[in-house]
Amino acid sequence: MSTHNIEMTINGRRHTGAVEARVSLADFLRDGAGYTGVHLGCEHGVCGACTVIVDGRAVRSCLMLAVQADSSTITTVEGLAAPDGTLHTVQQTMMDEHGLQCGFCTPGIVMTMAALTAGGKKPTEAQLLGALSGHLCRCTGYQGIRRAAQRLTATDSREIRGGEE
Amino acid sequence: MKPAPFDYVAPTSVEEACAILAEAHGGATVLAGGQTLMPLLNLRMSQPFILVDISHIAELKGIMRIDGGARIGPMTRQCEVIESSALQQHLPVLVEAVRHVGHHQTRNLGTIGGSIALGEPAAELPAAAVALKATIEVRSIRGTRNIPAAEFYLGPYMTVLEEDELVTGIRFPDWSLNHIALFRELAQRPGDFALAGMVGAMSIESGKITRAGLAWFGMGPTPMRASAAEQKLLGCSLNDIDPQAIAEIAITDTAPFDDPQASADYRLTVGTRLFANTLRDAISIREAA
Ligand code: FES
Ligand code: FES
Repeated sequence: MSTHNIEMTINGRRHTGAVEARVSLADFLRDGAGYTGVHLGCEHGVCGACTVIVDGRAVRSCLMLAVQADSSTITTVEGLAAPDGTLHTVQQTMMDEHGLQCGFCTPGIVMTMAALTAGGKKPTEAQLLGALSGHLCRCTGYQGIRRAAQRLTATDSREIRGGEE
Repeated sequence: MKPAPFDYVAPTSVEEACAILAEAHGGATVLAGGQTLMPLLNLRMSQPFILVDISHIAELKGIMRIDGGARIGPMTRQCEVIESSALQQHLPVLVEAVRHVGHHQTRNLGTIGGSIALGEPAAELPAAAVALKATIEVRSIRGTRNIPAAEFYLGPYMTVLEEDELVTGIRFPDWSLNHIALFRELAQRPGDFALAGMVGAMSIESGKITRAGLAWFGMGPTPMRASAAEQKLLGCSLNDIDPQAIAEIAITDTAPFDDPQASADYRLTVGTRLFANTLRDAISIREAA
């Protein structure tokens, strides 16, 4: 059982730690770094609740070892809103469209949409909905999430409240 | 659900990785993108002593044009294949197949080599490798082997790969620029393994089919090459093809089984229909063009 020293930038802050090889990135983010917005639903890649952004791409943090993420740059849901509390565009849109109820699946869904719209990118509706097929939600019936996704696509010109990313 | 303890090593060269695999005598498991392995570790269905992470080996990454085709490093992420303009142009059918592998989030970490080496019989990539007549390069401290994809798969999750061997490249030959791409699958939800699927390509020269590659997935213990249908198509011109007749020949090269998702009979019925429809649609699109 090997132990490894790792170092990563999470939500703009540098974190270091010594981890057992078998520790998942999700567990390191939650227990090692305190980002409990990373939710664990299934721990085997089915539900999408644990999705975070690693080096610009949305990935399931239960399907990655912490040691594999050594030297990477990570954003969790805690890293989205501005320091003054202004919500990220994706968060605001999800709120406006009633895209959440209990909120368990929400951080994962928000991180997938945040990755695909980062830097002002406008994905197509098919791209966003395709990516959202990797998430399960037991509460909302998905329609609010779909509406939020549609508002984030290239074809929607309605103004969205909320801060810039 | 946490993995049993293991050691983790991250070699930086193929030689080093092969030496570790040889020394472990079967106790080591290769970690590529981990999108299938991590669930197995978390569920403790796999309990290796050593995990060999090959993501730090630069020569295993990337898509290269080679003489007569493309060579894809096994550590190339699935998302990189989807984004590759060279592959979109030369092997659109491979890009289409990869779009159906898992979910967006797993394609961001999952690799080409990982899926090919695993040999899940309902997966898209092993069938695409068989249909497109890819060659799989493997290396060990004993040397190098080049294995045609059609000879690589022995059964569900069973391949000819020895425990000390590492996949180091997958070579896809070029199909003529105006080849016809064929791909379709039936799955209960996006991201699920296919209940039935087919993938293939046909090269056309002066109106005649000069090369055909066809394979099924989810229709037997391995990707199933539809050799009889390939033979039948050679020399045909597009408007001579009877898609239903070809599908009925192709289905003879399958051996589907019952599982909780679908019965073998169901797979035979929808498989034949899916194959015929895919062929019919591809031909009518080409004739309209
Ligand atoms: S907890 Fe990672 S996908 Fe469910
Ligand atoms: S809001 Fe409860 S699971 Fe999605």
